[in-house]
Amino acid sequence: MSDSDKTIEQFVQSDYKYGFTTDVETDTAPPGLSEDIIRLISRKKNEPEFMLEWRLKAYRHWLTMEEPKWSNVHYPPIDYQSIVYYAAPKSRKPGPKSLADVDPAILEMYRKLGISLQEQERLAGVAVDAIMDSVSVGTTLKGQLAEKGIIFCSFTEAVHEHPELIRKWLGSVVPYTDNYFAALNAAVFSDGSFCYIPKGVRCPVELSTYFRINAINTGQFERTLIVAEEGAYVNYLEGCTAPMRDENQLHAAVVELVALDNAQIKYSTVQNWYPGDKDGKGGIYNFVTKRGKCAGVNSKISWTQVETGSAITWKYPSCILLGDNSIGEFYSVALTNNCQQADTGTKMIHIGKNTRSTIVSKGISAGRGNNSYRGLVKVSKGATNARNFSQCDSLLIGDKCGAHTFPYIEVHNKTATVEHEASTSKVGEDQIFYLNQRGLSTQDAVSMIVNGFSKEVFKQLPMEFAVEAQKLLGVSLEGSVG
Amino acid sequence: MTTTTSPTKPGPADVQAQLAAFGAFEKDGARRFPAWVTELRRTGIARFAALGFPTPRLEDWKYTNVAPISQLPFKPAVKPSLVALTATDVARFAFAGLGGSRLVFVNGHFTPKLSTISKLSRGVKLGSLAAAMDSDSDLVKQHLGRYASANDQAFRALNVAFFADGALIYVPKGVVVEEPVHLLFIGSADEDGTAAHPRNLIVAEAGSQIKVIESYVSVGSAAGFTNAVTEIAVGEGANVEHCKFQNERPDAFHIATIQSSLARDSRFTSHSISVGAQIARHDINTVMTGEGVECVLNGLYVASDSQLVDHHMIVDHAQPRCASHEFFHGILGGASRGVFNGKIFVRPGAQQTDAKQTNRNLLLTDDATVDTKPQLEIFADDVKCTHGATVGRLDEDAIFYLRSRGIAHNAARRMLTQAFASNILARIGIEPVRKQLDEFLQSRLGAEIRAVEG
Repeated sequence: MSDSDKTIEQFVQSDYKYGFTTDVETDTAPPGLSEDIIRLISRKKNEPEFMLEWRLKAYRHWLTMEEPKWSNVHYPPIDYQSIVYYAAPKSRKPGPKSLADVDPAILEMYRKLGISLQEQERLAGVAVDAIMDSVSVGTTLKGQLAEKGIIFCSFTEAVHEHPELIRKWLGSVVPYTDNYFAALNAAVFSDGSFCYIPKGVRCPVELSTYFRINAINTGQFERTLIVAEEGAYVNYLEGCTAPMRDENQLHAAVVELVALDNAQIKYSTVQNWYPGDKDGKGGIYNFVTKRGKCAGVNSKISWTQVETGSAITWKYPSCILLGDNSIGEFYSVALTNNCQQADTGTKMIHIGKNTRSTIVSKGISAGRGNNSYRGLVKVSKGATNARNFSQCDSLLIGDKCGAHTFPYIEVHNKTATVEHEASTSKVGEDQIFYLNQRGLSTQDAVSMIVNGFSKEVFKQLPMEFAVEAQKLLGVSLEGSVG
Repeated sequence: MTTTTSPTKPGPADVQAQLAAFGAFEKDGARRFPAWVTELRRTGIARFAALGFPTPRLEDWKYTNVAPISQLPFKPAVKPSLVALTATDVARFAFAGLGGSRLVFVNGHFTPKLSTISKLSRGVKLGSLAAAMDSDSDLVKQHLGRYASANDQAFRALNVAFFADGALIYVPKGVVVEEPVHLLFIGSADEDGTAAHPRNLIVAEAGSQIKVIESYVSVGSAAGFTNAVTEIAVGEGANVEHCKFQNERPDAFHIATIQSSLARDSRFTSHSISVGAQIARHDINTVMTGEGVECVLNGLYVASDSQLVDHHMIVDHAQPRCASHEFFHGILGGASRGVFNGKIFVRPGAQQTDAKQTNRNLLLTDDATVDTKPQLEIFADDVKCTHGATVGRLDEDAIFYLRSRGIAHNAARRMLTQAFASNILARIGIEPVRKQLDEFLQSRLGAEIRAVEG
């Protein structure tokens, strides 16, 4: 068959493939990206004019950009025209009828993580009426939050009910011009979460709790915006320790945090998306832009992340320390097993006086995994008395994995004190032998050593998640030793 | 032949200027070199034409903008300089108390009448590389350009194209050269843009030992450009100490590569003391090609006014059971910039690697900046790799301690800054050099501190 024949064949096949689906599921846009698709998304979501304008501006900017190539991750080229950018939630396939219909491998994973039966049903996507109970719990919480004036809703809802807030803060930390994936997200984002904590309010619950009870049908391009007004405090947890099966391969989310005077935001992520099989086939590309702005004096933003899933994790939760005396923190555990790749780290941009930042990054590589820490600590000229401490430790399990560190330190002020430390070590045979001899299996021994290595980060997580995250590391490392 | 293989594809003006200069060089100065060198040069200029001058868009040149160099009206110093330098002119650049041979190069050309070569052990070769290309063609051909790759860096490619001379040091198997060899490179530019491309080759065969000092100074009335490449091949069990001192005039440009290849069980110590030039860029790369290598890369950079000093290191642990230690200290005053990029590369299978890297920087003024990037890339699990980087000011507690002992504030600062420099200098194993550099830096740092304290 000649080349041109092949091309025609492919063309015919691809046409065929999508031809039917568009007819059957009327609420799904045809694959591809164009201004029309963006208009369609905006219309379907019934958005005000300013949102559409913003999306279009982002799209036009995206067209002028090139996909970045500098990272230490490798993946086949993404065809942006083959992605379906809009699918109404109701077009999702019906879930399994009961737990008996769920893949036993997933159930085994739930059991190991110690997730309650009821929650297992919800996570596996068992029909919603089976878990009416937890929905009502969610409603109770919502009432409690509303009483305090806290707005916590989906992005779409926020666009309709609080357009003035969205208009004010959307893109204020991650503008649509920021990077390739942020521009793409701005153009097509489907939904996400919006959280607003009014002046002086301390959010009474960890929003994590709420999140776990609500449905977590996260979209492919989600957008989160959290605004903490003067003196407010919020503790937010995204994601879940349970494994998530998702058909979308590319995830390009954006998270923006704004902390005003004396406000504090603590943002934790536990990510355990499908990492692909042992040979690296499939798996999620998790390309996320996360950034927090400590806009006010004495404000504080703290990022904690436990990244064990996804075929590729590529993200740098960052802090812009604009207000005097503001504090930025980044605690991360990233685990790569089999063929997983992670290129993650943070940026701490010191602009205000007496700003402080702490970076603790723990990378664990096993199998053929590649784990990179990439971070920037920048002390601007006016950032008198800035202080940074960074520590990046890598743990290697097996001789086919890789650990890499790319710290950038840029100091433009003589009063700054910046320290960076990195080390690499392996799980020692003598350590394992010691634990074996105390009656622990090699698997448990590795899990224990790895958890000890990650302890500094886990203690930043809400308690129940810390417990689950520990188990998660053990499960993710299964089969990497012995 | 002279015209057909010269790359003619259009490029930016700065690249074009180099190509034109290369054409002139081929017609004129390059005639005296053997044919294989001409071939080598052509690959170099072709590579340069493809690469062009680096821009800050390239990761390796992110913090170092070489535009001032690329805009120079280039005149490669193809012929030995006619400047009449006398032995007394040169004496002030010598290290007091340092015996042994001293090879003097003026604008990159070996100048026998200023040089002294002491009695050499049997088989040791020491002299001009240009001369050796005829007399020891096989030896030079075997090593030249084998270690420092011209493929990935434009200045190295430019050096391959234009090098006229440099030093050749060859130490045969098992020979210990007792007295250090001093290579003195004098830039004597009288016009802006005079470019010297010295090329040095140091080959230490198995079990041999040698110490080499490479120093760069200026005497001329104009800013010159030095683009040096030194290749060092260290044989099995050999021991080489290399000390480089860069003290060119503050408006000069200095770009250099020191590339070493370390065979099994060898030892290599490199010192890079960089205090001069407007833009100084040092690439210090080392590859361990055998097991059991021990390598120390040591360095100190001091900059003031608008100087920029950049050290880029690649330590390639290609084989197991090697140890490498890097220590770099920087002291930055005025509106100077310090750049450091250290990369430790541990290849798959390079087990039991012990790699350590430290970069510490002291900022003396508000306008000085530091950009540091200590990198680790590790593909083996049974390794011990650490790196640390700090940027800061002098410890207030230490200053307080000294003041409480009755020492004035600026004296306390001076002492602590000098101690910070001495940490690095103490590792230099050639006593007269260490002593003289220490004295030199004492006074230079004293002046820096006085400038800050007012």
